[in-house]
Amino acid sequence: MSWARKILRVDLTKGTCTAEPLNMAWAMAYLGQRGLATKYFTEEVDPKVDPLSPANKLIYATGPLTGTMASTGGRYSVITKGPLTGAIACSNSGGYFGAELKFAGWDMIILEGKSPKPVFLHIENDKAELLDAADLWGKSTWDTEAYLKNRFQDPQVRVSGIGPAGETGCLYAAVVNDLHRAAGRSGVGTVMGSKNLKAIAVRGTKGVGNVKDPAAFMKATVAAKKVLADNAVTGQGLPKFGTQVLMNVINEIGALPTRNHRDVQFDGAKDISAEAMHAPRKTDGKPNLVTNQACFGCTIACGRISKIDETHFTVVNKPQYWGASGGLEYEAAWALGAANGVNDLEALTYANFRANEDGWDPISFGATVGAVMELYEMGVLKKEQLGIEAPFGSAQALAFFADQVGRGEGFGKEIALGSKRLTAKYGHPELSMTVKGQEFPAYDSRGIQGMGLAYATSNRGACHLRGYTVASEVLGIPVKTDPLVTDGKAGLVKAFQDATAVFDSSGLCLFTSFAWTLQDIAPQLQAACEGDWSLDNLNVVGERVWNMEKEFNLAAGLTKKDDDLPPRLKKEAARTGPAKGLVNGLDKMLPEYYQLRGWNADGVPTADTRKRLGTTALK
Amino acid sequence: MQKSLHIDPAKCTGCLQCEMACSYENHQVFNPAKSRIKVFDFHHSGRKVPYTCTQCDEAWCLHACPVEAIKLDAATGAKVVLDSVCVGCKVCTIACPFGTVNYVQDTGKVQKCDLCGGQPACAEACPTGAITYVDADWTGLERMRQWAQKLDNQPAAGHAD
Repeated sequence: MSWARKILRVDLTKGTCTAEPLNMAWAMAYLGQRGLATKYFTEEVDPKVDPLSPANKLIYATGPLTGTMASTGGRYSVITKGPLTGAIACSNSGGYFGAELKFAGWDMIILEGKSPKPVFLHIENDKAELLDAADLWGKSTWDTEAYLKNRFQDPQVRVSGIGPAGETGCLYAAVVNDLHRAAGRSGVGTVMGSKNLKAIAVRGTKGVGNVKDPAAFMKATVAAKKVLADNAVTGQGLPKFGTQVLMNVINEIGALPTRNHRDVQFDGAKDISAEAMHAPRKTDGKPNLVTNQACFGCTIACGRISKIDETHFTVVNKPQYWGASGGLEYEAAWALGAANGVNDLEALTYANFRANEDGWDPISFGATVGAVMELYEMGVLKKEQLGIEAPFGSAQALAFFADQVGRGEGFGKEIALGSKRLTAKYGHPELSMTVKGQEFPAYDSRGIQGMGLAYATSNRGACHLRGYTVASEVLGIPVKTDPLVTDGKAGLVKAFQDATAVFDSSGLCLFTSFAWTLQDIAPQLQAACEGDWSLDNLNVVGERVWNMEKEFNLAAGLTKKDDDLPPRLKKEAARTGPAKGLVNGLDKMLPEYYQLRGWNADGVPTADTRKRLGTTALK
Repeated sequence: MQKSLHIDPAKCTGCLQCEMACSYENHQVFNPAKSRIKVFDFHHSGRKVPYTCTQCDEAWCLHACPVEAIKLDAATGAKVVLDSVCVGCKVCTIACPFGTVNYVQDTGKVQKCDLCGGQPACAEACPTGAITYVDADWTGLERMRQWAQKLDNQPAAGHAD
């Protein structure tokens, strides 16, 4: 089995918590976590719902392998309609919270309605109740966790929730668990805050004791762990350098978006790279990086734990930021750094701490600050309204806005709305580097062509975690393709998107896919779960999940014109590096992609495709 | 040759594979709440520390037990709780200076590390070598080797020519 076979439905309006059996027929078709929660969500929520209204729902979902000895088996996802994008939102997190929820005996929590006053949800195994959160409202994620552990006199309680950003209407507020792991993107934390729900505190002591064939499962997980250990990326590169191993690589190939995508290479990349995190600082002789860290069950351990230089301007006289905490991952380092032209590693680390503490997405924030800096340099935004001079490269401005954005203070309140709304307000919508209203992550699609298609078609808006063709186009996983051409990328994007949907529905971390394919996951699922989890069926499940998300977006009112890139990437050629002279060739890839997906020329699934996958058009 | 669990906190990543392996070995469930080894997370320093019973020779728990439910496994040196004898009085949990004997609500008995009869599941599951099962007389061997290695490339004393 490995599903707990039980979901918790929380009606925040009425204040009730009710247990329901998991719909096993749906589990057989959608596996778990991202896929299964999307099925529930699309069945229960009107796609046209206002994301911040009580009629929207928020689902916390684990996968069947969450809470098992499968490597990285500790993931959970948060599914809702995103306020940043108006599209389906699904954000995935590690840490320990997901496994704890499963150990308490729950596959999912469906949160609906809106509480009349701030509350938090307390779960202790079968017992679930909503409790008053008046004392917690306004607190940071760090203080919230400390408060709840103290309140229940239990250091083993795990906490997931929002910081001030989720309360003040920041449209990219994150859900943060275990201090510095986050379901970070698309504003899932904003929806949580709109429901007056501050946090979920869970303690589970029941464990997972129902894998279908324990002996086969242990054998399969041991074999799969060996694959991770023997692989150069998951066995050596990620534990030592983290995802930051990419900074210099992506810069060299000319795909590091720089200064709001004006350029594709950043002269300060080396200063904010993994290598820089390892190097002793001039000031105190210590490196920024303290150690690596694993999430629950993970045998890769790519997480970064860092300490900020105590004499750095961002933390002088602020001892609360002198301890070790979640350090820079590649996407955050890019967004807080290259996207703004800032090469001050300590300032980036500080902004990252603030993102975790106040609960916002550093990618959308950093990219939006990039747009603000461009508008400042154009003379559209002035120091008087910003509260600070904000040219590209200003670490002071970065830290200044990082202090404001989650608290809804000063100009930070406008940055909190994301670059689409901000640039439109100031008359330059073309400067918003977004798809479906969500900011790009750290790969420029002029230098990695396939990513242009992956971004344009991503169901949750611009994202690297929905079809990471960087693996193939740059790293050669599973086979090397040329990043500068569009040929063959439609098929590549589709294959990555479908496989990713399976990883995200299983309870496992997508980063295993640097070493694993679905062929490594199939035996683990097959041993743990009833049902058909053969390679062939997993491919169909992944495609089904992708199409279900697409159906939601279509019914929500998104069309082909939302599967597009900003004009800068299609008209302004890369000025340096291997991609010099290139724009993204989305128009060459998109029609072929629709065709391979079995969608019509407008990007709508055909009747045959719906029949083959068992999906339907939504109303 | 007797062996001991040897813990090197600097290598621990906090993945909890050891806790799941322990609970699975002893309770057939993946459940850190039932593990006899615990990993402590000191997040302000970034340090993770796995901790479990060190199998004291003069074991406080064994001597404190009023019903002689804790016995020496002569082959491994482990102090083993006999479930059939334990009455759940918890005196051993008070006696143990390190806190590594703990009560289990479900069974009404105490539990502690028994070295899995000589094949500790935690050490087998640890992906980084933070928990190893080594010669009891030479738990310091690896650390000695690391320091010795620093001398490997040095010119021999007294032969500076």
